[in-house]
Amino acid sequence: MNNIKVFGDKCTGCGLCIQVCPFNAITIVEGLARISEECQLCQACVSACPTAAIEIVEERRERVDLSQYRGILVFGEQREGRIAPVVYELIGKGRELADRLREELSCAVLGADILSQAEDLISYGVDKLYVYNDHCLAVFREDPYTDVLADLVRRVKPSIFLIGATSIGRSLAPKIASRLKTGLTADCTGLEIDPESKLLRQTRPAYGGNIMATILCSNNRPQMSTVRYKVMKRAEEIPGYKGEVIQMKFSPETLTDRVKIKGFIKEETGMSITEAEVIVSAGKGLGSPDGFKLIKELADLLGGAVGASRTVVDEDWISYPHQVGLSGKTVRPRLYIACGISGSVQHLAGMDGSDIIVAINKDPSAPIFNVANLGLVGDLYEIVPQLISRIKELKGSKT
Amino acid sequence: MSDKGLNIIVCVKQVPTTTEIMIDPKTGTLIRDGVESTVNPFDMYAIEEGVRLKERYGGIVTAISMGPPQAEAALREALAIGCNKAILLSDRSFAGADTLATAYTLARGIRKIGTYDLIICGLKTTDGDTGQVGPGLAEELGIPHVSYVRKIVNAKEDTINLESSLDDIYEQVEAPFPCLITVTKETNEPRLPSFKLKLMAKRAPITVWDSSILAGDPERFGLEGSPTRVVKVFHPPPRASGEVVTGDPKTQAGLLVQRLKEWRFI
Repeated sequence: MNNIKVFGDKCTGCGLCIQVCPFNAITIVEGLARISEECQLCQACVSACPTAAIEIVEERRERVDLSQYRGILVFGEQREGRIAPVVYELIGKGRELADRLREELSCAVLGADILSQAEDLISYGVDKLYVYNDHCLAVFREDPYTDVLADLVRRVKPSIFLIGATSIGRSLAPKIASRLKTGLTADCTGLEIDPESKLLRQTRPAYGGNIMATILCSNNRPQMSTVRYKVMKRAEEIPGYKGEVIQMKFSPETLTDRVKIKGFIKEETGMSITEAEVIVSAGKGLGSPDGFKLIKELADLLGGAVGASRTVVDEDWISYPHQVGLSGKTVRPRLYIACGISGSVQHLAGMDGSDIIVAINKDPSAPIFNVANLGLVGDLYEIVPQLISRIKELKGSKT
Repeated sequence: MSDKGLNIIVCVKQVPTTTEIMIDPKTGTLIRDGVESTVNPFDMYAIEEGVRLKERYGGIVTAISMGPPQAEAALREALAIGCNKAILLSDRSFAGADTLATAYTLARGIRKIGTYDLIICGLKTTDGDTGQVGPGLAEELGIPHVSYVRKIVNAKEDTINLESSLDDIYEQVEAPFPCLITVTKETNEPRLPSFKLKLMAKRAPITVWDSSILAGDPERFGLEGSPTRVVKVFHPPPRASGEVVTGDPKTQAGLLVQRLKEWRFI
């Protein structure tokens, strides 16, 4: 059991720990700190103690033979037979980590008629490519995908397993991690090898991006992360790179498959905001749902997608897949134009990773201006039409 | 589903009201003192959906939470919306749990409840923001799960029909009972608690189960059962703000066009 202990020979009874304890769990009894059952092991007192008298006593057994685990495995997610863009980013990062560790990079692709697409991945620096090719894996489903990938990990024993933090990845990865009883860090934006311990340092945002946390998985393997898309640099082709393609044999009938897909509904939402390079987004300042015509016109001109703040989605001016922010989607386009969006903490959490942010808002004190590379204080209905006609003129003169 | 209706379990987490959490510059730890708590906003959709299903098919809704004793307040909020029972899993040895240990602890609690048809979880929490506990819990319990459910179409004797959203495509799926779903904000619009239920919730008994009652593997609870460890927390560097321009719209638009050209967007 982990426990927290006060060392009587070091404790001076100064009471600093009482001030930092968020759970009021500490009292001074006979000149020494005493920690009660209220303690949640948050360790605030451990860091605050000037004499290092408080320690977490860890009695951890080594659970797995860590030396058996080597190499990096990447999940080669595909949808409708197309390798997801994030896979190239995972391969880029995976290659870097593999080189640092002097180990191999492998990639697992599951799908139907996927072999030739998958083989192309080798040239991005993949040493081993595991391909599971069967029509039962054509469309993602949690059950069979978990069975296949958990089995692969048990056989290959990678030290690190990276999965894209897409809708699919964020549903699949925790199921695999639970089955393998290993650690999983969600939505990583930073991954590096600790020079001394060789452990994977996984950095991720929490509390809507207000806090970054660096996380280690020391005693369990593989070290699993889902990785946010558009953060890591995409792998570049390495001409002539040699890797091995391993076509995996398996019996589809042994896979679990409890949830049945009955059909698909494809709603016309235009370009997906998670993939778009340019997003033109609008909020309450739009005044009415009709305003989205103007926003869409600008987005189309720039080859981008239409985004929205939570307020206007809640008002039903536009559908939920367009929502950017904490309760919507996290986006990282090259250009984000925010029109009539004040920039709540929740909205900023979803878009402040964009390369360039342009804000158009009437209110000069709107928080969106604090993160904008260029802020225009004014009425979007005066500025955006001007912008549209200027861009059209430019485009017209080019053709 | 029995002839008495659906037996539903809703998972609830108490989270800080704000995401603007500060780090103590001296200790390098999060300052949680004086931060108010509430039900995780995403769990409100789960609670509402559970209560709606009960209203539609009959049955009972049990809210379950793992947390310190004060997390009882979150369960009272769930009761005020219309949940019938509330169970708090609370023990010092549960503290410091990551998503794997949390899923394990919740699974122990749910096994202790016994039979159920459906577990509903919010998509993720506003503090940890991982979305991992729902799918992990399903795996611990050995039941199927469907993530990102936007609509419960109908429940039958042995199955439930759902629509789930994978980005811009909606899947129509059928899952067998018992199963777990995570719901998005598209599912419903949570109601406000009625005055009567609020009063009742204030006085309602909350069952508290500790580690001796859950009788699980002590090495899988809390910090001990957590493979991941936070080694550092820090504030991200603030994004530098650029130029802010006022003036007539034509000039402003002209400037933006010029910049868009420099940045090679047009």
